[in-house]
Amino acid sequence: MQRPALEALQLKRLREIANFSIRTPFYKKRFAKVGINSGDDIKSLKDLKKIPFTTKDDLRQNFPRGLLAVDMDDVVRIHTSSGTTGVPTVIYYSRQDLDNWTDLLARSIIATGATKSDIFQNMMTYGLFTGGLGLHYGAEKVGMTVIPASAGNTKRQLLLMKDFGTTVVHVTPSYLLHIHSVLPESNLTVSDLSLRKAYIGAEPHSENVRLKLEDLWKIDAYNSYGLSEMNGPGVAFECIYKTGLHIWEDGYLVEIIDPETGEEVPQGQQGEVVFTNLIRAATPLLRYRTRDLAFLIPGTCECGRTHRRLSRIMGRTDDMMIINGVNVFPSQIEEVIMKIHEVGTNYLIQVEKDGAIDKLIVKVEIYSKMFMGDARQLDGLKGKIKDDLRASIVINPIVELHEPGFLPISEGKAKRVLDLRPKF
Amino acid sequence: MAKQLTIFIENRPGRLNAVTESLNKSNIDIRAFTIQDRGDYGLMKLIVDNPNRAYLALADLGLACALKTILAVSVSDKPGNLHKLTTALAEKNINIIDAYGFVLQPNKVGVCCLEIENIQDVPAKKVVEDAGFTVLEDEELYNL
Repeated sequence: MQRPALEALQLKRLREIANFSIRTPFYKKRFAKVGINSGDDIKSLKDLKKIPFTTKDDLRQNFPRGLLAVDMDDVVRIHTSSGTTGVPTVIYYSRQDLDNWTDLLARSIIATGATKSDIFQNMMTYGLFTGGLGLHYGAEKVGMTVIPASAGNTKRQLLLMKDFGTTVVHVTPSYLLHIHSVLPESNLTVSDLSLRKAYIGAEPHSENVRLKLEDLWKIDAYNSYGLSEMNGPGVAFECIYKTGLHIWEDGYLVEIIDPETGEEVPQGQQGEVVFTNLIRAATPLLRYRTRDLAFLIPGTCECGRTHRRLSRIMGRTDDMMIINGVNVFPSQIEEVIMKIHEVGTNYLIQVEKDGAIDKLIVKVEIYSKMFMGDARQLDGLKGKIKDDLRASIVINPIVELHEPGFLPISEGKAKRVLDLRPKF
Repeated sequence: MAKQLTIFIENRPGRLNAVTESLNKSNIDIRAFTIQDRGDYGLMKLIVDNPNRAYLALADLGLACALKTILAVSVSDKPGNLHKLTTALAEKNINIIDAYGFVLQPNKVGVCCLEIENIQDVPAKKVVEDAGFTVLEDEELYNL
């Protein structure tokens, strides 16, 4: 699609989404302030800039139904960050919304050269996390043979790969590295398997990691990008040329802004990625600040697609950590720790690499007054912290108990997060 | 009943030394000690001549420590005696959480320190005495 036609389609969709947005009290109020009372008041794509940014906080404050723009009867799916602690966020999808999302995933898969003849093993977690189900339906739409393996259980993953001749996997880069390290234990070599392609996403990684994966597995690895606020994976995806991720601009309007000023940066310069979802009516999100830092790659792609390309994610504007593909905020961990009386108020979050896998170590101090001199009490305490954290952040942490006074005190800006993973 | 001092000590160089330094400064005489290894930390268990003073000295350092009631049983150093003791407790379904023993030379008197589950609620002392053993009370144990 040529750019003028693409932009005309974007404007048409923006107007439609604006009409849905106005059904929510949140956007109705915001739009009225800038003189937009219906989609028709948006005369050109430039008018988008009149609309203020939407942030994760807005999503939290409007939980659970403040951003729902269709009748609940028309909602067919929910993806939510809802845990046992913290204020959750939720995204609703109508039948049409899911179809739109699935179309973009099917397009992403086709762009990598995969076809209905491929055997697709989806190693992303199924459930509330959008990575699993998103690609699942996209792959089915393409007509691939889908193995919904979900994450974990490495030996079984290998068995499935071997038994069914898996040719394409969807996986976090660290997990794919880990699986390779387990091949010898399973008495397998790469040549015993049929793998040809990997879609790698959900965690930032360097070009070197991609090259390493391609070399170890003798495959092509394609970068995948998405976030649940923009449906999930399939916001941007690499084509066979692997020179940046095509943003499906008929589905998502992209802006790269200076996180301080909110002004758009010149093309090619790094900034915070902002998306407007053009294809989801049930939960419209306009000018959503992703907190991801990246840039738009200038020039056109050899594949001929006019959809512009996004660089890999260079970092974050906040303190969010990505641990084995799962997004974790230090505040979520703090909230759990502060509720447990047997530990003091000081803690340290340490993230390390154990082979290819991320390891989360949560160090807490024993609270002297609660210490009964009982080993079983301490075991129970460790178990409780572990269980509560797992329920909240869906990661199994290692909990270490320390003497009072060992960890940095809470006055001033104590460094509470120690990320020892190699930087890229 | 006798008191054992339990101290939470991180498993890294110098931490045990910090404890012994404090005890030394406070002139505490150690009768017996054992360390229960728990991976990232250990629990040091001490019988000392003055548990309260030792507790305060360590607590002043900010250490997590606790005074725990234990059953200190005098067991003469003869084959079969420990078995006799555990038999008496087992018959009454009394659980021993942790235990250690030491022998005082030259009078060949063994002391067995037992951490008993729910010590306030079970008749451990009576059971042991009925089996013919002597239970050492505070000062008897500390001044051995």
